[in-house]
Amino acid sequence: MEETIVDINLKDKEEYVINMGPQHPSTHGVLRFETCLQGEKVKWIVPHCGYIHRGIEKMSEKLTYPQMIHLTDRMDYLSAHINNEAVALCVEKAMEVEVSDRVKYIRTILAELTRIASHQLWWSAFGMDLGALTTFFYGLRDREKILDIFEETTGSRLTQSYITPGGLMHDVHPNFQKKVKEFCKYFRTKLPEYDELLTGNVIFRERTIGIGYMSKEDAIDFGVTGPSGRGSGFHCDIRKIEPYSAYPKVNFNEITFTEGDTYHRYLVRIKEMWESLSIIEQLVDNIPQGPIMLELKAIKAPKGDFYQRVETARGELGVYIVSDGAPQPARIHFRTPNFSNLFIINKISAGHKIADLVAISGSLDLVIPDIDR
Amino acid sequence: MALLKTFKDIGNYFREIAEGVASLIRGMKVTGRYFVKPSEIVTQKYPENRAELKMFDNFKGELVLLHNDKNQHRCDACYSCERKCPNGSIEVISSRVTGPDGRTKRVLDKYVYHLDSCTFCGLCVEACDQDALAFSQEFEHAVFDKSTLIKVLNHPGSTAEPKEEEHKETKE
Repeated sequence: MEETIVDINLKDKEEYVINMGPQHPSTHGVLRFETCLQGEKVKWIVPHCGYIHRGIEKMSEKLTYPQMIHLTDRMDYLSAHINNEAVALCVEKAMEVEVSDRVKYIRTILAELTRIASHQLWWSAFGMDLGALTTFFYGLRDREKILDIFEETTGSRLTQSYITPGGLMHDVHPNFQKKVKEFCKYFRTKLPEYDELLTGNVIFRERTIGIGYMSKEDAIDFGVTGPSGRGSGFHCDIRKIEPYSAYPKVNFNEITFTEGDTYHRYLVRIKEMWESLSIIEQLVDNIPQGPIMLELKAIKAPKGDFYQRVETARGELGVYIVSDGAPQPARIHFRTPNFSNLFIINKISAGHKIADLVAISGSLDLVIPDIDR
Repeated sequence: MALLKTFKDIGNYFREIAEGVASLIRGMKVTGRYFVKPSEIVTQKYPENRAELKMFDNFKGELVLLHNDKNQHRCDACYSCERKCPNGSIEVISSRVTGPDGRTKRVLDKYVYHLDSCTFCGLCVEACDQDALAFSQEFEHAVFDKSTLIKVLNHPGSTAEPKEEEHKETKE
């Protein structure tokens, strides 16, 4: 009789295969971890993705570049502005045009606000996954302020479709600068609460310190970027390596730790919120005047292939456009951060308890629609 | 020596307990502060506050064709919104009508809007040269029947607002 894969894997009768997901609350989306347990310990994990595959890359081939923007919102919906910006920058690079300083400043402020909002939601959900329900309310309370700023300017709270090739859809709301400054002042008083509530908490520390160790070599091998990679000492911040938009004009630190455990991936994000605040404060007071949209006859990339990468809240997002000179891309590919970040999970969670798997997958900050796109 | 180490271990053990309890108290202090200060609570009572709940002016609710008080809209059936829409949510149905001056022009018959497939990207409003389209403040889109999401935006009996031709004539 032929042996099936399950039979081979289950030679040891102590082993037990269990599916975590696709409807598990702590995967925050439809992702299935096929987990082999030995007692309570995780032996191996196979992540199965594809439950929310929508074919965004294929759909984009029939749409013009400005029309395509709204689909990128729906990949990594927590960094919608940054996804829009990635496509916009790639198309601008292909057309060899440069947007005005005003657009660059506004794009950067919006991107950093997005990063803060994303880390706030991640902090809230991460605390909740580990049993601290309180964090969810505190995180969402502060995130609401950012969403209000987005809503006032762009008209939407989550999928803004605001940054478009050639500039912005329309100018920012007159209250924008005032509101952003108010938010920075407000959030500087609220961010220490995050540390008091969760970072110092003994239960949280016991569940995260030393759990899910990822070495720098593993991070590079698997292409783990963003805060997850920087927690292991991998210098992968695209804002530093290849500065785009207004990042060359600001001073900020790339947060890295060498410990590489769940707790330090957490700390990277907390410290990044402080850095983002400082970036916003450097830019918000001196937004220059200038046109919001470039006067372009037609938005189409010339024949050739073009690549642009940006730093989203989760890591490196690359946009690769192959163009045959038409207003639509001939082929477009997104190198999404979550897809690369996901597959390290087998390596870093093997040997840990199943309860720690929730902490480890939470610390990778996975957004499932970005994996499948 | 071993005894000293044991004492040290016992000391560490109790210190860890004390630090743990202190960290919990520190966290409880934050939550306790809001417990005695209800003025800092930010939640709203929806749907009780429906009357005073106001969206921002730019809010992208649902697409509307603007009508003036004479039941006239500004749409000249140029199809630019339909062409710009990435999801095919807009169908403009028009016909050619010959006016009394002998010139044929396009007249809007029906402006069909599929709210169910709309992603609120705002390209239609940007594309409109006549400023005929806008987003309303409506955000309660939930319905029991899917077919009610397909809407006709031009009001019954509405006509196109006459403007360009009249201006030209006055200039001449």
